[in-house]
Amino acid sequence: MYRILSKRTLGPKIREYVIEAPDVAKVGKAGQFVVLRLHERGERIPLTIVECDRKTGGVTLVVQEVGKSTQEMGDRFQEGDSVLDVAGPLGLPSEIARYGTVICIGGGLGIAPLYPIARDLKAAGNEVIGILGARSRDLLFYEDRLAAVCDELHVMTDDGTYGRKGFVSDPLREILAGGRKIARVWAIGPAIMMKVCAGVTREFGVPTLVSLNSVMIDGTGMCGGCRVEVAGEAKFACVDGPEFDAHKVDFDLLISRQRFYAEEEACAVEKYLAQKRGEGGTR
Amino acid sequence: MIEPKATPMREQAPDVRIRNFDEVPLGYSEDEAIREASRCLQCKNAPCVGGCPVGIDIPGFIQAVKERKHDAAIARIKESNALPAVCGRVCPQETQCQGVCTLGKKLEPVAIGRLERFCADWEATHEACTPAVQPATGKRIAVVGSGPAGLTAAGELRRRGHDVTVFELLHVAGGVLMYGIPEFRLPKAIVQREIDALRRLGVRIEVNKVVGRVATISELLRDGYDAVFVGTGAGLPQFLGVPGENLNGVYSANEFLTRTNLMRAYRFPEYDTPIKVGRRVVTVGGGNVAMDSARTALRLGAEESVIVYRRSEAELPARKEEVHHAKEEGVQLQLLTNPVEFLGDKGRVRAVRCLRMELGEPDASGRRRPVPVKGSEFEIETDTVVIAIGNGPHPLIPQTTPDLALTKSGNIAADATTGATNLRGVYAGGDIVTGAATVIEAMGAGKRAAAAIHEYVSR
Repeated sequence: MYRILSKRTLGPKIREYVIEAPDVAKVGKAGQFVVLRLHERGERIPLTIVECDRKTGGVTLVVQEVGKSTQEMGDRFQEGDSVLDVAGPLGLPSEIARYGTVICIGGGLGIAPLYPIARDLKAAGNEVIGILGARSRDLLFYEDRLAAVCDELHVMTDDGTYGRKGFVSDPLREILAGGRKIARVWAIGPAIMMKVCAGVTREFGVPTLVSLNSVMIDGTGMCGGCRVEVAGEAKFACVDGPEFDAHKVDFDLLISRQRFYAEEEACAVEKYLAQKRGEGGTR
Repeated sequence: MIEPKATPMREQAPDVRIRNFDEVPLGYSEDEAIREASRCLQCKNAPCVGGCPVGIDIPGFIQAVKERKHDAAIARIKESNALPAVCGRVCPQETQCQGVCTLGKKLEPVAIGRLERFCADWEATHEACTPAVQPATGKRIAVVGSGPAGLTAAGELRRRGHDVTVFELLHVAGGVLMYGIPEFRLPKAIVQREIDALRRLGVRIEVNKVVGRVATISELLRDGYDAVFVGTGAGLPQFLGVPGENLNGVYSANEFLTRTNLMRAYRFPEYDTPIKVGRRVVTVGGGNVAMDSARTALRLGAEESVIVYRRSEAELPARKEEVHHAKEEGVQLQLLTNPVEFLGDKGRVRAVRCLRMELGEPDASGRRRPVPVKGSEFEIETDTVVIAIGNGPHPLIPQTTPDLALTKSGNIAADATTGATNLRGVYAGGDIVTGAATVIEAMGAGKRAAAAIHEYVSR
């Protein structure tokens, strides 16, 4: 059992958990993920590590409540409760080095996994330009945390309710077109956002990394459900990634594979909500 | 006068069992077991013992069954085999103990596997027989992986008085016995029973422990383990490498079976993990895993389950019994057929394009090589495809243990008798060394390595 040390709400249906998993906290690095299971009937949920506290053994994870399991986690798992399983760290860590000037782009929930990468890149001596994007003001989180590790921070909302109106690819294009020497770009967020950003940086020939969140079961190389095509070759996001060269990723395949269980997910959510109504709400 | 035929074991009828995940063979009653035990000739030279990878005293336990001393029988088995309920069900006895049974020269061999299963199941409903444990030696052994090799090594080492911890990266122990072999062939409660027995023996089992990442093999040795046994299995699914293989609806057998067995997708949405099957499922491959997948597909509601295999029926690597069960249940064999492409519609597989094959000259494996027939392309419409063409070594330990010597195929290079690797104090056995093989062979390797580890730490 893995205790929830703290839980707070970052936005509508977005929550941050610190979960006691000392093994993971001891060695987890930016770019890696854990697999979490709530209870005996639970599915294995891959979640990227936001932060590891070596002292308390706490692992910070940010969860968006989109499916049945994540909603259930939000509704029924409070500070002091425990989840059944946390395994990790899994996947390869981000390659942190001193590159020069780098751009770190986080879109939506992708801001969470982006944070430790930006933090470690800054600590490694890079000049870090941050670009954050959200659909709307209330969905934006961690601006303060990113501001603390970025030399320059651009904030975008799709609807213009906060920061500049537009997409993360807008300031990205402006910076690259402005002729500044950018050594590397990290872009983490919805597949379509990563695809668009990869398109922009390809034009300018800037090496770019994306973190792929494909559907997986074990997270250790055994099921192959997470396979993606990179440079025309099948790769497993769990053990060969999750970070890959953005210019070689087949994003359309990723998007298609991410949607495969949409029907089942909807059915599970519906059943869960009906059950929740029957119980007269949650605590 | 010896009964020429082995005592049959009752089974669920095919039309009933394809609608449930319950075990197919139902086991012997006591009378049936005694009747079968009475067929044993009690040969002095006991060829069956030599045919058993873990060397069970087969005539000894069968004699005990005959005398209704079932507690003595199971105790005798457990001297050599920590997982009798598993082996009684999934061992290929026909090529091992029963394959060399003296009776088998003229009549049907003694049904040794069925008798082993009887003894193990008898124990489950009676007082458990816990083997004696030697006094504590103070030596600490880490076992990486909790499949058949790891569990066997752990049991053997614990009995010799060592302090044994098993590390498993999934959320339950058992490895392929839990995620791979289906419930209808090996009920998970039975595997759990065997694991609980090891715990009672004093073996510590830690799940969710990703050795390689949380601690490397060399860190385990540095942190106070006197030796490490690696039994991480053949977990990496292989694909055909043909176009369209990444379409939705094309599963590796590992994923298809893991969703079903480990995550219980057959009870979705009561359980959270889904699986998609559709009307027709095509399974590619001819081994036991292919049979398991094709039979699982029927139980998940597929109306048609087709196995596509590139050689002929004689070359099917699956056990005869599994092929027989699959056919009984209505699994169709599309033999001498090789998939060359998967065709999709809106990202989802809709058909398999295949070539017909014919058998040519024998290849390196001694089997006749399948050769494509020119112009024989045809399509099989399908909703789901399962690729069951084998597994490579689980990548995590080789990836994270830079000095560990590997074979060309990426398996761990280990001594065939002792399991010793090139690293001092590090032993390996089972599928991670041999490539995908059988449960009992992995157990044999775990047992031999345990003996070598015992000798190493006792020096």
